[in-house]
Amino acid sequence: MSRVTTHETTHSSVKDMVWRWGAGPCWGVAAFLTWWLPDGDDFPDTTLLAGLFLACGVVLLILAALKRLRYWAPWSAVLGLGLGAWEVAQAKFLLLPRPFFGTPQDLLDVFLTDWKRLGDSLLHSLLLLLIGYGIGACVGIVVGMALGRSLRFRYWVRPIMRVIGPLPPVALLPLAFVIMPSTRLAGEALMALSAGFPVAVLTWSGVAAVDPAYYDVARTMGAKDRFLVLRVALPAATPQIFVGLFMGLGASFSMLVVAEMLGVKSGLGFYMQWAQGWAAYPNMYAALLVMALMCTSLMTLLFKLRDYVLRWQKDGLKW
Amino acid sequence: MVKTAATQPALKPLSLHIDHLNHGYEAQGAMRPVLDDVSFDVAPGEFVALLGPSGCGKSTLLRLIAGLEAPLSGTIEADGREITGPGPDRIVMFQDPTLYPWRTVEENVALGLDIHKKRDPKIVRDALHLVGLEKDATSWPHQLSGGMAQRVALARALVNNPRMLILDEPLGKLDSLTRLTMQGEIRRFWQQQGFSALMVTHDVEEALLLATRVLVFSPRPARIVSDQPIELSAEQRHRDDPHVIALRRAILEQLGHRNDW
Repeated sequence: MSRVTTHETTHSSVKDMVWRWGAGPCWGVAAFLTWWLPDGDDFPDTTLLAGLFLACGVVLLILAALKRLRYWAPWSAVLGLGLGAWEVAQAKFLLLPRPFFGTPQDLLDVFLTDWKRLGDSLLHSLLLLLIGYGIGACVGIVVGMALGRSLRFRYWVRPIMRVIGPLPPVALLPLAFVIMPSTRLAGEALMALSAGFPVAVLTWSGVAAVDPAYYDVARTMGAKDRFLVLRVALPAATPQIFVGLFMGLGASFSMLVVAEMLGVKSGLGFYMQWAQGWAAYPNMYAALLVMALMCTSLMTLLFKLRDYVLRWQKDGLKW
Repeated sequence: MVKTAATQPALKPLSLHIDHLNHGYEAQGAMRPVLDDVSFDVAPGEFVALLGPSGCGKSTLLRLIAGLEAPLSGTIEADGREITGPGPDRIVMFQDPTLYPWRTVEENVALGLDIHKKRDPKIVRDALHLVGLEKDATSWPHQLSGGMAQRVALARALVNNPRMLILDEPLGKLDSLTRLTMQGEIRRFWQQQGFSALMVTHDVEEALLLATRVLVFSPRPARIVSDQPIELSAEQRHRDDPHVIALRRAILEQLGHRNDW
């Protein structure tokens, strides 16, 4: 048994070494090709791009020396090679149809020259998203708790939820633009709706599934309704509530993009729409990249929050 | 295992007066009676065991006394006052520990104090000390064994300084060795803290070792078949004592197990 383990350890440690010390040179190769091969057309910032590739390679080598590069070593190596291949294929040999496919330096140039507008768009999107999602999530939790605990509330609200809930909120967009005083408010309202519905339904199902014995325990000690709702039902339902919060966040993302593309005159969706209208494809890619980073960062934040709030659970899914 | 650390003032144990109690549940349009004209008194400080066939309605009786449900007819009085709802003078310990998984061990023990906004770390610590779990104060419930979890539930009940402890088969799901230990603990807590106790159990031996009085119930709807004091000295309260064996045989007969084993 121990011999097998030793053998596997040596084998995998050689592989680890190759990945760890290979990642930096991969970026070095990309940097060299970028600098050495002549550009196929007049592209900006080629030398700067080569310098950035080289800097990444050096950083990776330093990390390897400090033994900080292990898990992400294969990814780092392949990413460097991939960027190098893209650079060679598109900037040097012009293999893909232009202008729909840009070069790495085009993308870099957008960030260098248009970072102000991109950052501004990101801020607007974030604000729109967080206000709409925040309101939707809070209202969803309150409505879900009420659905789970009050018969009368359930009688009146459930039919409404059943009719409006399954409707994609996007379908309400034209109506919202008409009846709301501003497109921005319309976007907020629809984002709140698209986040609120899954949160409400999942909160409700979480509250409905609470073991009645949990209430008995608190009641025998003299707990009143307020305690039963806030200190028993709510914490017992949190695992389900977080499922709803994740679904709601995803729904808010799509609502955000649609709202910004169709009416709201700011944000990353608007930027993309504008870039596409002017055939500024590198700008579109840049906005897409920023948007992807924004979405994954918010998801990661929500996962971190969940991991903290649900630390009492045995094990949870990792993002 | 049991330590003496009573930080809270001992309260006067509760007395009960139960008069012509009837109860039932509606099922498929018909009334299913569960309790049939049940009357008995509990003197302050008594330890009464309720024995009866499975599903006869003993647990329902406990829920009524705890105030978790209202009876269809008849009255339950605690110290001469009619019971209209749950109260911290009567604390229930259930068959399952039902610890809140989102609270640590000490937060679970502090539940009764939190409900009345009187969290006192010293009381919590003493209760954990009493059940021998002070080292596990910050553990999560899923990290505990069944016996440990039931001990936490016991500490959570004792923190309320109850005047009556209502035990709904609290040891029913424990392994036999843990059960022996906890039987001794419950008995000693009862002696030290001087609360009245009502315990539903299926285990005749357990009833004889712990209780000062045993009520035997009929199959559903539950009626009192016999009511007898258990006058055994501390030395006689042992599994192999001839008095215990004789009483066990008599009670098993009342439960309809004359010829079994």
